[in-house]
Amino acid sequence: MTDTSATTRARVAATLSRRYRTERIFRGLGLAAIVLSLLALATLLTDVVGKGYSAFRQTYITLEITLDPATLDPTGARDPAELLRADTQTPLREALRNRLPDVTSAADRRSLYQLLSPSAPFILAEAVAGDPSLLGRTFRFRALANDEVDTLIKGSISRDVPEDQRRITDKQIAWIDEMVEAGDITLRFNWAFFTGGDSRDPESAGILGAAVGSALTLAVALVLSFPLAVAAAIYLEEFAPDNRWTYLIEVNINNLAAVPSIIFGLLGLAVFLNFFGLPRSAPLVGGLVLALMTLPVIIIAARGAINAVPPSIREAAMGIGASPIQVVFHHVAPLALPGIMTGTIIGMARALGETAPLLMIGMVAFIVDVPRSVTDAATVLPVQIFLWADSSERAFVERTAAATLVLLGFLLLMNATAVYLRRRFEVRY
Amino acid sequence: MLRKTLVAAACLAVAATIATPALARDQIRVVGSSTVFPFATLVAQAFGRTSGMKTPVVESTGTGGGIRLFCAGIGDAHPDVVNASRKITAAELTTCKTNGVTEIVEMKIGFDGIVVASARAAAPMAITVPQLWLALAREVPNAQGVLVANPNRMWSDIDRALPNKRIEVMGPPPTSGTRDAFVELVMTPGCNAHPAIVALRAADAAKATAACAGAMREDGAWVDAGENDILIVRKLEANPDAFGVFGYSFLEENADKVQGAAVAGVKPTFEDIASGKYPVSRPLYVYVKKQHNGAIAPGLDKFVTEWTEDKTWGPDGYLADKGFIPLPTAERTTSRTDARAMKLVAIP
Repeated sequence: MTDTSATTRARVAATLSRRYRTERIFRGLGLAAIVLSLLALATLLTDVVGKGYSAFRQTYITLEITLDPATLDPTGARDPAELLRADTQTPLREALRNRLPDVTSAADRRSLYQLLSPSAPFILAEAVAGDPSLLGRTFRFRALANDEVDTLIKGSISRDVPEDQRRITDKQIAWIDEMVEAGDITLRFNWAFFTGGDSRDPESAGILGAAVGSALTLAVALVLSFPLAVAAAIYLEEFAPDNRWTYLIEVNINNLAAVPSIIFGLLGLAVFLNFFGLPRSAPLVGGLVLALMTLPVIIIAARGAINAVPPSIREAAMGIGASPIQVVFHHVAPLALPGIMTGTIIGMARALGETAPLLMIGMVAFIVDVPRSVTDAATVLPVQIFLWADSSERAFVERTAAATLVLLGFLLLMNATAVYLRRRFEVRY
Repeated sequence: MLRKTLVAAACLAVAATIATPALARDQIRVVGSSTVFPFATLVAQAFGRTSGMKTPVVESTGTGGGIRLFCAGIGDAHPDVVNASRKITAAELTTCKTNGVTEIVEMKIGFDGIVVASARAAAPMAITVPQLWLALAREVPNAQGVLVANPNRMWSDIDRALPNKRIEVMGPPPTSGTRDAFVELVMTPGCNAHPAIVALRAADAAKATAACAGAMREDGAWVDAGENDILIVRKLEANPDAFGVFGYSFLEENADKVQGAAVAGVKPTFEDIASGKYPVSRPLYVYVKKQHNGAIAPGLDKFVTEWTEDKTWGPDGYLADKGFIPLPTAERTTSRTDARAMKLVAIP
């Protein structure tokens, strides 16, 4: 007896250090994996924040401007719709000429006017339409500067490169420097980025249109896929008979979860656009397509969560006389809800980042107006990022990064909502 | 609580599916080429600001995909305008006709130059169209005139005068309109000009045509770099030995980072592309569905007017400011007259 226990002890002792070593290596590898992913995340965030933070500030040129009511509003009706179309470009240019009276030749004046954003007159017109009392007054107006001025001020364009290699001339730089010196060119917080739709002028391009489009699309997707998926999961787990058909359906759901997303886009094009005649580029169709895409993901997660509810709870409820529906809705579903929520948020996060299926249904598009309903033309955040990344203007680089930050913020907000809801509805025994 | 939430969600779901949208369209829909996209969006934006109507929706679908959508029929669901980086083909016009799209207005709007660019840090390069073909084609004739897998590793293998550097060119993938144009303007003419191919054509025309169809090398000398031209610009910056193929507007915007190689002795400048001296340039078109003007797409005629103003597509227009190459004055005038009169394309 002692012999065998002695040999066992000896054998254990012999392998002990090896087993400890394996343990240490395993833990080390796990730690390394975490450190590596944290490093990757940090690199990504540093890069995006480093490139994007400058987009949150925008260059403005403050000008002393005089608005002549006789030319801007000849009828004197002060009609906002008319005022929106008034020629506000002339007074802006006049103000710029007055600011730099030394610029006299026609060519120089043309390049002077280029300092102002093509959007500036429209912003002024909106201001006048909003407050017609500005007519006839002289006031200081912060006019939006062009993207080239903006990139120069932010240092994205070097002034050391030869003149023919940059889009801004030495003369323009001299004017800019003069106005910077006088404090008339300033960087201010870029509200327009958060309150405007897309634009081809980087300085006035905003993210709101895409953010609203994403919100509408995801709302449609969530409203459709969540109840359907939960109902399907509850039926499959709690009520479905265990036969070949159920098995076939299960296999199909698992396969659907792995189908590339572009296939769902093709389906959307064929069914929703061509057959049902729904409008192109609409968040409604985008939401329908993304709902189909996320449905299997949520079903699988929900089934897992329902399956993990201990049978004793069902049996106890049944034992005190609950009907099957009462068992499910009073006991099983509340316990499974955190798991279902997790699955839903994974599905929704994937849907938030999709562009491929939306290409097919016309959501990869230049859309200026912020959508107001699910049938308005809209685009979504990842598409906006893609479109800006593909633009030739240098100033879109920082906007691309800034839009990425907004997308990340959107994702965090979604996650936070899910965590809140989970806390709220969670039931513990 | 949970139950109420679920019921409410289910009701919303039903409501969302049942609520059939009112489909009357109040904005113009544009589809088509990704090359014309940056210019078309500028026109759409200007139109939206000055016309008092909603800004047209511009989709970047590629020329082929856009024409397919455009030709699919008449009605709210179909686009009103298609941008194209090539002329519409007879086959496409026939499809249009079959689907009832019989009144199409063609506008030639301008040119797009395709540049072969390298980093500013690299020495300026001058190359010819046949040399580009010899550098990039999958199969080229050897000394005996037999087609073999491209043996040229260095630029100097093609011509002693070219630099002794490895051939490395990044360019658009086969799905891109820029690629089609590059094949049509560089690869095919470069191939056809080669003496061995001329001899081959005399013997076996089909084989010569196949050799000139534009198959690119797959041994790493030519790299499909995706549709993102800005990415190519960044890669060129990092690698001064490499070249990139992309549209002129990206060269214009990034002139501090990249330079265009002279092709056949001509540098890709605004003036030389506009005058047609620079050989690698192609015309751009916009096609308008006249049948949609009015009831289906209100303001379509005004959109045509916006496109054809000199302040838009002229040499001093806002498109030229973004790297757009305008038509010569005489051609611009005829194009404008025809477009505004809504002169129809003859459909075979």
